[in-house]
Amino acid sequence: MARTKRTAAKGSRYYRHTLPVRLMHWINVIVLVILLMSGLNIFNAHSALYWGEQSYRGVPPFLVLGSRIDDEGEVSGITRIFGHDFDTTGFLGASRDSEGDVVERGFPSWLTIPATRWLAMARRWHFFFAWLLVLNGVCFVGYSLASRHLHRDILPTRRDLRSIGRSVVDHLRFRRPKGEAARHYNVLQKLAYLSVIFLLLPLVILMGFGMSPALDALVPGWVGIFGGRQSVRTIHFIVAWALVLFTIIHVFQVIVNGFWNNLRSMITGYFRVAPEVDDE
Amino acid sequence: MSEKSRLTRRNFLTRLFLAASATALGGCQKLSESPWFVKILGVGEKATRRVQRLVLPRRAVAQEFTEAELSPQFRSNGTFMPRNPAYLAMAEGGFAGYRLEVGGLVERPGTFSLADIRALPSRTQITRHDCVEGWSAIGKWKGARLSALLEAVQVKPAARYVVFHCADPMGEDGSSPYYESIDLEDAFHPQTILAYELNDETLPVKNGAPLRLRLERQLGYKMAKYVMRLEVVEDFSHIAGGKGGYWEDRGYEWYAGI
Repeated sequence: MARTKRTAAKGSRYYRHTLPVRLMHWINVIVLVILLMSGLNIFNAHSALYWGEQSYRGVPPFLVLGSRIDDEGEVSGITRIFGHDFDTTGFLGASRDSEGDVVERGFPSWLTIPATRWLAMARRWHFFFAWLLVLNGVCFVGYSLASRHLHRDILPTRRDLRSIGRSVVDHLRFRRPKGEAARHYNVLQKLAYLSVIFLLLPLVILMGFGMSPALDALVPGWVGIFGGRQSVRTIHFIVAWALVLFTIIHVFQVIVNGFWNNLRSMITGYFRVAPEVDDE
Repeated sequence: MSEKSRLTRRNFLTRLFLAASATALGGCQKLSESPWFVKILGVGEKATRRVQRLVLPRRAVAQEFTEAELSPQFRSNGTFMPRNPAYLAMAEGGFAGYRLEVGGLVERPGTFSLADIRALPSRTQITRHDCVEGWSAIGKWKGARLSALLEAVQVKPAARYVVFHCADPMGEDGSSPYYESIDLEDAFHPQTILAYELNDETLPVKNGAPLRLRLERQLGYKMAKYVMRLEVVEDFSHIAGGKGGYWEDRGYEWYAGI
């Protein structure tokens, strides 16, 4: 319906994402989903988090996905955060297994790979896809530097940084960029991508290294910088959920800023820019 | 394209996405049970072993801690009291009748009493024990250096692994005794000891009395408790499930440096 009008108002399609970027983006989607879900299965083998080097220094864990069994044999899931108990039956601490019985389980089976309690297999999935994450990440950073994708599209310019305030207001009002502005990432978008690429993902990988007793021996004591081995496990867990939070916001932005246009641009590469003049 | 047909396409794509997610989830469970796929996944852990062995110097030591950092109670995991009458009788007698058998590819096979083991060069270390489940505990261990024991029996040139045969029967029916294996690089590492003391006291039964392995650069399941016999071998594929350990036979990776 608005096709002719848009063309008239200089709405245009342009090539936004190169093939390597699209490919690496979708590899990352699959890899991160599997890492999260196999990671939650691994977490379920000991569903508590601590701070410090160890788990048994006389201080209770600050997060426990535990359970309680009453006199009738009824299982309920109890999530304990800093000593406060919450009944989370059905989701955390206790949830239905494939037979429909409520059983003790940190995260529910629909959030884990494999669905059943299976630490050895979850580790196999996790470490295989961890390698893919690292290789994909190295390729992405290498490509972004070589093709100047990083400098051209992701690093904020000085002008970008001066306009942070306006960008925040634009986001809060769901004001979509039009015309020339829509051809570039906005400053908040750039900062979000930068922090995921150069902060959260490297941190989650480093914290993974920190849980390896062999890599801990590389420079004895390096995990102490992060509070110790159990702290490293906790940070790994928190950063994983920070990445989930990023993904939720990212998908939300994709939806409110034109879901099919954004999705298509990450598949075919072509993005339609809304015209400068309002077509409403 | 009309708006209506686009909507149905979107509906279709949305449904396709939901169906694909459900299939993927079920698929992950199916794939986990397919040997060919598990083999592909195993490439990751194999790569980890190669790379870790490459970057980690042979003599690199695990971090050691101070007495102030000791766990008040060192957690017992897995077996805490072996269901083995011969073992229990020996424990009753304070392990006076205990003899560690050492055989296989060695020049001078023999048996060692606890006094013999205690007479070997020892090492005391306060280290962190990391379980594959995710928890950690810090304990002070004293034990005979495995390298000293292996030098005493003289390992033959063909030898590649040391297998630890244990007294604890595992599984529902107790038919599979615990066992583990390590390679010679780890066996001769300075922190690899056969521990007989925990936190300045005789090693308790719940932690593996009278002797347990400490292998500080790998996970807890490698550190066999209730060690009864050492077998030096070139290859462990003929032992039990053939994967080099009780848990390895049940899907865990032989190399537990991660």
